[in-house]
Order: sequence, then C-alpha cells, then structure tokens
Amino acid sequence: MRRFAALVRRDLRLSLRAGTDATTAVMFFVVTVALFPLAIGPESTVLARIAAGVIWVAALLASLLSLERLFANDYEDGGLDLLALSPLPLEAAALAKVAAHWLVTGVPLILAAPVLALLLDMPAGGFAVLMASLALGTPSLSLIGAAGAALTLGARRGGVLLSLLVLPLFVPVLIFGAGAIDAALHGVAARPHLLLLGGFLAAALPLAPIAAAAAIRQALS
Amino acid sequence: MSDFLAMGGYAVYVWSAYAIAALVLVVLLAMSLGALKRREAALRLLEAAREARPRGEPTGSGSAPVPESSR
Amino acid sequence: MALPDRMAYLTVAMHRFANPARFQRIATAILPWSAGLTVLLLAAGLYLGLVASPADYQQGDTVRIMYIHVPSAWMALFIYANMALASAVGFVWRHPLADLFCRAVAPVGAGFTAVCLITGSLWGEPMWGTWWVWDARLTSVLILFFLYLGYIALVNAFDDPVRGLKAGAILVLVGVVNLPIIKFSVDWWNTLHQPASVSRLGRPALDPAMLTPLMVMAAAFMAYFVTLALLRTRAELLNRRIQVLQMARGAS
Repeated sequence: MRRFAALVRRDLRLSLRAGTDATTAVMFFVVTVALFPLAIGPESTVLARIAAGVIWVAALLASLLSLERLFANDYEDGGLDLLALSPLPLEAAALAKVAAHWLVTGVPLILAAPVLALLLDMPAGGFAVLMASLALGTPSLSLIGAAGAALTLGARRGGVLLSLLVLPLFVPVLIFGAGAIDAALHGVAARPHLLLLGGFLAAALPLAPIAAAAAIRQALS
Repeated sequence: MSDFLAMGGYAVYVWSAYAIAALVLVVLLAMSLGALKRREAALRLLEAAREARPRGEPTGSGSAPVPESSR
Repeated sequence: MALPDRMAYLTVAMHRFANPARFQRIATAILPWSAGLTVLLLAAGLYLGLVASPADYQQGDTVRIMYIHVPSAWMALFIYANMALASAVGFVWRHPLADLFCRAVAPVGAGFTAVCLITGSLWGEPMWGTWWVWDARLTSVLILFFLYLGYIALVNAFDDPVRGLKAGAILVLVGVVNLPIIKFSVDWWNTLHQPASVSRLGRPALDPAMLTPLMVMAAAFMAYFVTLALLRTRAELLNRRIQVLQMARGAS
C-alpha cells in the first residue's frame, strides 16, 4: 500500500513538473467544445440540446491525448522493467499510474466542465449530474485507456492506433454519461444511468489493470 | 423473368445487396488463395536454397522473398 | 486426477493437435468437403431466397435482403466469439495454432460485418427513406466492425509478429468482455431516443417459408467460413515457417 501510494506520488510529481499534461488536456477540451457553436451556430436551443453530448465527446478525446505517454516514457527509459521486477504487483503499479493520470487529466476536466456547460447554454438543472457523470466516467476512461496504452507500447503509429482501439470500448461510458445528463435535463431520473456508470467503473477497476499488466509483460518479454 | 429481375420495383436494392455480398465473399476467397499460393512458392524457394547450401558456409546472395504480413 | 494433473493432461492433449503437419493433414481432408458444401448450400440458399420464397406483405421483395443481412450478422458475432476462444486457448494452453487462427479469421469477420452494414443500409433506404438507421442492431454491428479493424491494425503494427499476435489476443479478450456491455448500452440508448413512429429495422413476421432460406444461407456462410478459416490458417502457418527460415538464413 505504501509502495502504491509512493508510485502515485512519483507519477504525479513527474506530470506536474513537466506541467503540460493537465493544461493541454483542459485547453483541448475547451477549444473542442468552443468549435461546436462556431460550426453549428449560436442558437441557444440547439446548443442546449447537444451540450451534454458535446461535452462528453470532448472529454473522451481530451483523455485520449495523454494516454499514449502513460507507459511509454517508462518503457523507453527502462523504468517499466524495474516496475515489473519490484515487489509491487504489476497490476497494482498499472492502477497507480492510472490513478495519477486521472488526477492530472480527469479531475481538471471535471472542474472545467461547468464552465463549458455555461458556454453551451446548458440549463442549470444539468450541472450537478454533469459533474457526477464525469466524476464516475472519467476514471473508467483512464482505466480502459491504460489497457490500450499498454497494448500499443512499441507499436508503429501508436497514438492513432490507441484511439482506434479504445474509442469503441468507450461507447458504453459515453452513452450512460451523456444519457444521465439528458435524463436530468428532461426531468427524468438520472440515477439509473449513474448507477450503470458506477457499475462499469467497478468492473473496470480490477479488470483493466489486469489487462494492462498482461500487455506490459508482453511488451517487456 | 423480368418480374424476377424487377424484384417488385426494388431491383436496385435487392440486387446490389446480393452483389455486394458476392463481391466480398469472392474477394476474400481470392485473396486467401492468392496468399496461400504465394507463400507456398516462397517456401519452396527457401527450402530449396537451404538444401542447396552446405552448412557452415556464409550465406551467398539470394533473392529470398520477403515474408509478407497477411492482408 | 488432481487438478494440476488434469491441466497437464489437457495441455498434452491440446498439443497433440498443435503439430502443424497434423493440422495440414486434417485441413487437406476437410477442405474439399467444406468447399463443396459451401457451393451446394449457397446454390440452395440463393434459389430458396430469390425464387422459391414469397415476398413480404409489407416489405415486398426487399425482405430478400434479410437472407443476407441476418446471417452475416450472425457470422460477424460467431467469428468474434471464435477469436475470443482462440485467444483464451492461446493464453491458457499456449496452443501455437490458436493465435494464428485468430489472425487468420479476423478479415473474414470484418468482411461479414461490412456485408451486414451495407445490406442493412440497402434494406433501410427503401423501407425508412434513409441510407443509415441508427437502430440497435446496426449500431452494435458498426462498433463490432471497429473492434475488428482495431484488432487487424494492432496485429499488423509491430515489427515482431509474435508480439502483434499476443497483443491482439489481449485486445480480443478485452473486446469480448465489453461486447455484451456495448450491446446493452446501445439497446438502452436506442429505447431512449427512438421516436415513437419508427419501429425496428426488419422484423417481418417470419413465415416458415422465410425461415428456411434464412437457415440455409446461414449454413452456407458457416461452411464458407470453415473453408476460408482452413485456407487462411494454413497460409499463416506457412508464413511463420517462412519467417523462421528467413531468420535462420540471416543468422548463419
């Protein structure tokens, strides 16, 4: 447990020192969302109708950005070999890196989302569910993305390949996440959607690190 | 016969559907057979070269076919 | 037997079939039969589907597209399930043919998925007036298509072919776990957003006269799959032998 926390702290320190990941993801998030009114027109009713979906898709794409480097840096400088040999199980190490990734990219997205919802004229009733759905959904994105990142270690065109692999797997999270907000906006219960998101997260928490660790062992062998 | 071809007015849709399916199945088959023939030929070449060359000698020049990724 | 003994026994049993020469012999024996069966079943299915079965009361002759659309959807799913099984076998028993089979059949699965999507589109246009309908089945099949493409891209993305196969195996296993969840989420999404007037694509009352061509075409596609799986796995085996010989040449 101590080693787990140490690994999370180390990754956090590295990301924050590099400084770019969190800000890049949030900037991408904001810019992408801002493109929609420019493309579709500023009509308030239209924007409000698509707000939930647009924010969710943008959050999806923004999470993808930093996933490619999740294991790649350590893979290239040999740190991943060390992790594989350390007493901390590789699955736990993977989970630790996912946790750091989420803290650095997912949380800023969650915090930036209400601002974007304002930009898209989302009615006030959706804000709480927006935050809740992103809070439950973005960890799943980090988890699945980590499995994909581990699979594409050392592959040619790894970044694009990662997107192709991972986006179909994101679909359930997207459907339930955006669906939750739309439900709240229509006065219907958002709880089933949020419960499903939570269920997905509960399943991904043990399974994704297992897949990621298996893929890392493949890459290192 | 012309009734059959006309498919109740939906000829374009029905025949296109069957044509696309036929195309995909035939193309897959052709590609699979082609790949098989090519690799059998390449393997024959490589094994003949291996027989011909006595052990211990450095590899001479040889135009060995490149192993292909399967498409 | 104790459990470890049983596993060892199974491993040995599995590996008896792993011998490439043995596979080649089995394949050579089966191929003529599966090829012949494919031709016969296709001929019968086409006759039954296009000539000997009635048009639908509501959908007219477009219902004949169903005889291709539905069996290809079944094959798309069946082949992915096979790939998942092969990947699992490859992991647990390290059967050398398993990963090769998986890679061999992926394009066939992708082909059936594409046929399903295109025929679905051709079925939808005369019926619903649009070239694409976001109904639950078509949307799930579209995502399955992306899963196939992802697998094919991944196994071809590495210089080391074995690494590609192993990574692909993990991807398929992750995909197969996700697949029911994706299907469930798409069904859910479909019921949420369905306008009241649109009913689901292609559910004519299944006249027994329509069931027969459907089943015959399904069987024909299955026989076709067996034929192609044997041909393509054989080609993968040859390719591996070629790679081994290449490396030996390079090393000596």
